[in-house]
Amino acid sequence: MRVSIFRFKWHRGVLWRETVDGWLFILPWIMGFLVFTAGPMVASAVISMMNWEILLPPEWVGLANFVRMFRDPLFLTSLGNTVYYTFLGVPLYIIVSLLTALALNMRLRGMAIYRTIYFLPSLTPAVANALLWMWIFNPDFGLANLLLNRVGLPGQKWLFDPQLAKPCFIIMGLWGIGGQMVIFLAGLQGIPPELYEAARIDGANNWQSFWSITLPMLSPTIFFNLVIGIIGSFQVFTTAYIATQGGPQNATLFYVLYLYRNAFDYFKMGYASALAWALFVIVLILTLMQFGLARRLVYYEVKEG
Amino acid sequence: MDKELTAKLSLATQSAKILRASRRIVKARQLTLRLVGHLILASGSVTMMVPVLWLLSTAFKKSGQEWVFPPVWIPHPIWWRNYLEAMEVLPVPFHRYVVNTLIITVCATAGTGFSASLAAFSFARLRFKGRDVMFALVISTMMLPGVVTLIPTFLIFKTLGWLDTFLPLIVPYCFGWSAFSIFLLRQFFMTIPRDLDEAARMDGASNLRIYWSVVLPLAKPALATVIIFQVLWRWNEFMEPMIYLNTMKNYTLALALRTFQNVRSQRINYLMALSSIQVAPVVILFFATQRYFIQGITLTGMGGH
Repeated sequence: MRVSIFRFKWHRGVLWRETVDGWLFILPWIMGFLVFTAGPMVASAVISMMNWEILLPPEWVGLANFVRMFRDPLFLTSLGNTVYYTFLGVPLYIIVSLLTALALNMRLRGMAIYRTIYFLPSLTPAVANALLWMWIFNPDFGLANLLLNRVGLPGQKWLFDPQLAKPCFIIMGLWGIGGQMVIFLAGLQGIPPELYEAARIDGANNWQSFWSITLPMLSPTIFFNLVIGIIGSFQVFTTAYIATQGGPQNATLFYVLYLYRNAFDYFKMGYASALAWALFVIVLILTLMQFGLARRLVYYEVKEG
Repeated sequence: MDKELTAKLSLATQSAKILRASRRIVKARQLTLRLVGHLILASGSVTMMVPVLWLLSTAFKKSGQEWVFPPVWIPHPIWWRNYLEAMEVLPVPFHRYVVNTLIITVCATAGTGFSASLAAFSFARLRFKGRDVMFALVISTMMLPGVVTLIPTFLIFKTLGWLDTFLPLIVPYCFGWSAFSIFLLRQFFMTIPRDLDEAARMDGASNLRIYWSVVLPLAKPALATVIIFQVLWRWNEFMEPMIYLNTMKNYTLALALRTFQNVRSQRINYLMALSSIQVAPVVILFFATQRYFIQGITLTGMGGH
């Protein structure tokens, strides 16, 4: 009897301590969340209902900023550009980085060097990267036109051509797939080799085991890369900011570039905050849609124990 | 009798021949597969390397030779002096930028390491009410586009008088700003046997002690992964330093490179020379650690849970 009471008390003490420590240990994160995420979200919502040019006192305008957005041709252009970039770019990047990861998962000598080479372009400093691509796509002495001339095709204006500027950005993105590739590699190495062994005994060829083992086992990783990829793609900024400044004819005026200009060039904090909230809602809807799809398409391994 | 024996013998030698031949075929097949693998990876490598090779090549070109057409890959003469001249052109001694970038990278990474692992420990090892809701909140912040909170966060730092200091680039990370790190570490902590905690608890160890001397030492691969990711991101970060740092003496390497784009746009060889200095350490870091780094993500069972 005494023992059981004692044990009960001990148990309660431990639980109590776990509760206190549990909250204590996530306290830094909670503080960070309140100050740098939740607070700013609320503040951003409030500011989005104001006209505020930072140096002048703010003025309450209600939903006017949001109404204005739909009549703002540059908002629609920047949204269109970003959607174009995302919907063509992200699936392409997923496919290419998955194929690259498959190749980089082979057992070959010198793999560390290959992996580093494929990851290298995503480590190039932003300014250098933007200028390197401006050289490659330069109409007069760039590499892209040199290649076209070699195969007998006429040179293009690339980043100076409103039709081609966005496809150029999608091509540039192909050199930055290092992060997704590493995550795919990790996913591939997480697939138990016994599965392939069993499939081989059953007489499956490489192609069949790719479709019936690799792809389903990798579907959570694909889903992760897709969700994060779309969120990242909606925030494309740096290269456009440095290389094209949104031109030609606003063909590369991406959403965040337009938001940045409103906030830090025109100091329209209210309108920029409204743009930020609209972006949040758009990305949230897209993410929820993906989660809906994932429920049917993503295979989650059931862990025992 | 004799005939039978010779027939048997010839059959035996034949089957031995066939076996040897088939072995040779298997070996040859493996060899061709390996060769094809190398061929695919090598040709991909060349494509991936083009921008980086051009960066290196331009870094060693004498001024006036950067824009020659058709492109010259191996500069003649190899002009080492670009490195010295580029540093002289900068308005602030070059080592200043290196030190600034190092301070920000080290502090932000250490801050993430501590705050994220403490929170991850709480989420993975302690039992308390509301834990899973809080963890879901952490995950959901991963899906929040950073731009949404940009303007209010900027205003907070402005009010605090932190503009043009390193604090906006460090402090948020000390409060578990990186949900990705918390997620990765939590997944890894879940795989460490719970008995170890219980044993330590029996010996009267506090939760903090269990975190520090039981769980953390066993989580080195995951910690290394989080640290490497953070170093890569912070070292190359462009947008945040650009928003928060105004004076040249406070610039990071990534920002300092913009000087060449603005003031002397012709001096692309200088820009590339200094870019190569910025790239070198992170490339070496990735090359040296890629195996552990990929393993670290794999062991967390990223996605597959």
